[in-house]
Amino acid sequence: MSEKHIDELSGVETTGHEWDGIQELNNPMPRWWLWTFYATIVWALAYTIAYPAWPMLRSATTGVLGYSSRADVQADLTAAEDAKSAYVEAVKSKSVDEIMADENLRQFATAAGSAAFKVNCIQCHGSGAQGSPGFPNLNDDEWLWGGKVDQIYQTISHGVRFAGDEETHVSEMPAFAEVLEPQQINEVAAYVASLAGTADTPDLVRAGAKVFADNCAACHGENAKGNKELGAPDLTDAIFLYASGQNAIAQQVRHPKHGVMPAWGSRLGDVKVKELAVFVYSLGGGE
Amino acid sequence: MKYGFEVILLALGAFIALLGVAFAHDSQFGAHMWVLFFALAAGAIVLMRTSSYSPVDILAEDKSAYMDGPVRYGVVATVFWGVAGLLVGVIVAAQLAFPDLNIEPWLNLGRLRPLHTSAVIFAFGGNALIATSFYVVQRTSRARLFGGDLAWYVFWGYQLFIVMAATGYLLGITQSREYAEPEWYVDIFLTIVWVAYLIVFLGTILNRKEPHIYVANWFYLSFIITIAMLHVVNNLAVPASFLGSKSYSLFAGVQDALTQWWYGHNAVGFFLTAGFLGMMYYFVPKQANRPVYSYRLSIIHFWSLIFLYIWAGPHHLHYTALPDWAQTLGMVFSIMLWMPSWGGMINGLMTLSGAWDKIRTDPIIRMMVIAIAFYGMSTFEGPMMSIKAVNSLSHYTEWTIGHVHSGALGWNGMITFGAIYFLVPRLWGRERLYSMRMVTWHFWLATLGIVVYAAVMWVAGITQGLMWREYNEQGFLVYSIAESVAAMKPYYIVRTIGGLMYLAGALVMAWNIYMTIRGHVREEEPMPGAAPVLQPAQ
Repeated sequence: MSEKHIDELSGVETTGHEWDGIQELNNPMPRWWLWTFYATIVWALAYTIAYPAWPMLRSATTGVLGYSSRADVQADLTAAEDAKSAYVEAVKSKSVDEIMADENLRQFATAAGSAAFKVNCIQCHGSGAQGSPGFPNLNDDEWLWGGKVDQIYQTISHGVRFAGDEETHVSEMPAFAEVLEPQQINEVAAYVASLAGTADTPDLVRAGAKVFADNCAACHGENAKGNKELGAPDLTDAIFLYASGQNAIAQQVRHPKHGVMPAWGSRLGDVKVKELAVFVYSLGGGE
Repeated sequence: MKYGFEVILLALGAFIALLGVAFAHDSQFGAHMWVLFFALAAGAIVLMRTSSYSPVDILAEDKSAYMDGPVRYGVVATVFWGVAGLLVGVIVAAQLAFPDLNIEPWLNLGRLRPLHTSAVIFAFGGNALIATSFYVVQRTSRARLFGGDLAWYVFWGYQLFIVMAATGYLLGITQSREYAEPEWYVDIFLTIVWVAYLIVFLGTILNRKEPHIYVANWFYLSFIITIAMLHVVNNLAVPASFLGSKSYSLFAGVQDALTQWWYGHNAVGFFLTAGFLGMMYYFVPKQANRPVYSYRLSIIHFWSLIFLYIWAGPHHLHYTALPDWAQTLGMVFSIMLWMPSWGGMINGLMTLSGAWDKIRTDPIIRMMVIAIAFYGMSTFEGPMMSIKAVNSLSHYTEWTIGHVHSGALGWNGMITFGAIYFLVPRLWGRERLYSMRMVTWHFWLATLGIVVYAAVMWVAGITQGLMWREYNEQGFLVYSIAESVAAMKPYYIVRTIGGLMYLAGALVMAWNIYMTIRGHVREEEPMPGAAPVLQPAQ
């Protein structure tokens, strides 16, 4: 460049190039910018010496600090396991009733069960254990298979109608469409609905009481209060697993739906199942 | 006959598409080939109807002047795809807040989300880059676009790619690679279009009548070349059948993850950063009518940026199966990238020195300045989030989504809007825009929309990160994933509102651009303090 080009406004020299009217000033790079850039490079080099970084022929440099993310997470997990180990051992060796009797252990098991519940159970039973159609609410007093803590433990551990577990709860209500006349089904449905206080057809109800006594009382009981040995629900408490109302009950009598719950004992291990049982019992509806 | 060759080619393509329908290996491929058939057949018919049969081409354009046809079409396509992409963005944001809005099977989040990202990045951003690069390279090289009608092929080919990609997503055709969802046959087609783009751009530079290559063109060229490399390597795959929509990647496991994020990060680096810096380096000095602040800075930050960016991808895979050494390198390269990124911000902002008052008087300059400010903010946030300690909190949370959007809406969107407002009056020979006051409206709607969006996503992301890592005193996780999802609902709703504001701004722009192209000028009070003319005398 033989002659100097000066930008009038800033008084700074330009490079003398021009493209479509655009010129470039010949300002130096801002010092703070340059030095910060250098600093990040120096920091980067130092960091790569301290931590695993440079790939070599067979493996990478391991860094002078000996850092390893896998070893780190393993150490964290081990520390967490160790902190809990005394409690976990106690849960392992005691029965659920004994855990309930030990205040500290009960609190630990409730916290552990709460965490496990959020991972394994809320998909069906809901994040507040409130249930949904087909999946029981665990906060209320209705227990299909018993609400004592050892009964809850048994249910969680072996599941309900779960193929592959010999101790699972098995019992299935027959499809009464094969057994009863359509009229009888309507009658018994009206009767069952009346137990929960939702029917307004007195004739049907009266007839249904007889059908019920002949066909249903064997499992659901003379007073329709259910039988936890058989998983037969209490029909008087206005809590229905599938649907309430006369038509829905009639449908359930004709072709009953049967829910399945996995046997969690073989998946999560006995300790987790005990913790879950203690937690579910704590929800308020335990007997 | 003008366009005779093109009509034959399109008709042949439509016929081949029909064969694809007939012999499709799966029903999705068949449906996709129907889309291709209708697109090509419509193209052939339109071309036939506009053909002139006169032996002498009386409408021949001046072959020595700049070729601005593809730029004009590109600007219109940019506005169109911008509005479309933002609209889909608002829809997916609403779907997250109200899951009932998911409509199976075509319009659920899983299919609309890639439609949104691709529409915004590749349809809106890509058209903006192609159109502005065609405009800029001609003016700064004082040369007509190289390759004759090849530039038209690039434009229409790219639109066809967009249509095929978008309809493919809705049909459920995807490779499940982030920002690279189109399947193998669409990828091959895009490769051909992209090589044509490179030929047009590079040919024009080689034909230049200026002694030096302007800095904007360095950035554009690095963008075109690197995207070609990224696209080809990331999409290396073996089709499962010759006429089917399924392919299998050449990579597996952690190598595949790293390849995808090497691509994904540099899609951000070279598409959304380098390419748009090219845009900034032309339109900011032109609109401000001031020289670029520092030539030396532009050289150093250009080379350091393109050298460092390409290594930063592993920071997307912190605390995964990726070996520690690769994670370390991804992180330190990201930290070193901070200043090279900021070099662009300094050069952009300081170009206004001596013209700072234009921020007050010129809404277009204001738009460009806010773009550069968001560029600076997100290129600081990015390196910060790449630090492993920060990343362990921010990763997989909404914070990342907020970061992406302050870059995409703030930087890419705003600088593109500024460039469009600069270009439209010049390309259509209008004295000025239809309305400067509507530009101000657009500015505030968009800026407030971004601020709402980004702030809400920061809070949401940090909430999420903290919930996920919270332990109680007994050492058990306090929250389930479902609880953290439920906690997001208010943020998702407010985020949707932020997106709506940004979309509203874009609609104001679309109307303003439409009226400008139609040649209308709105009766309105001039901007306070502004000289009535926008353009410097040329």
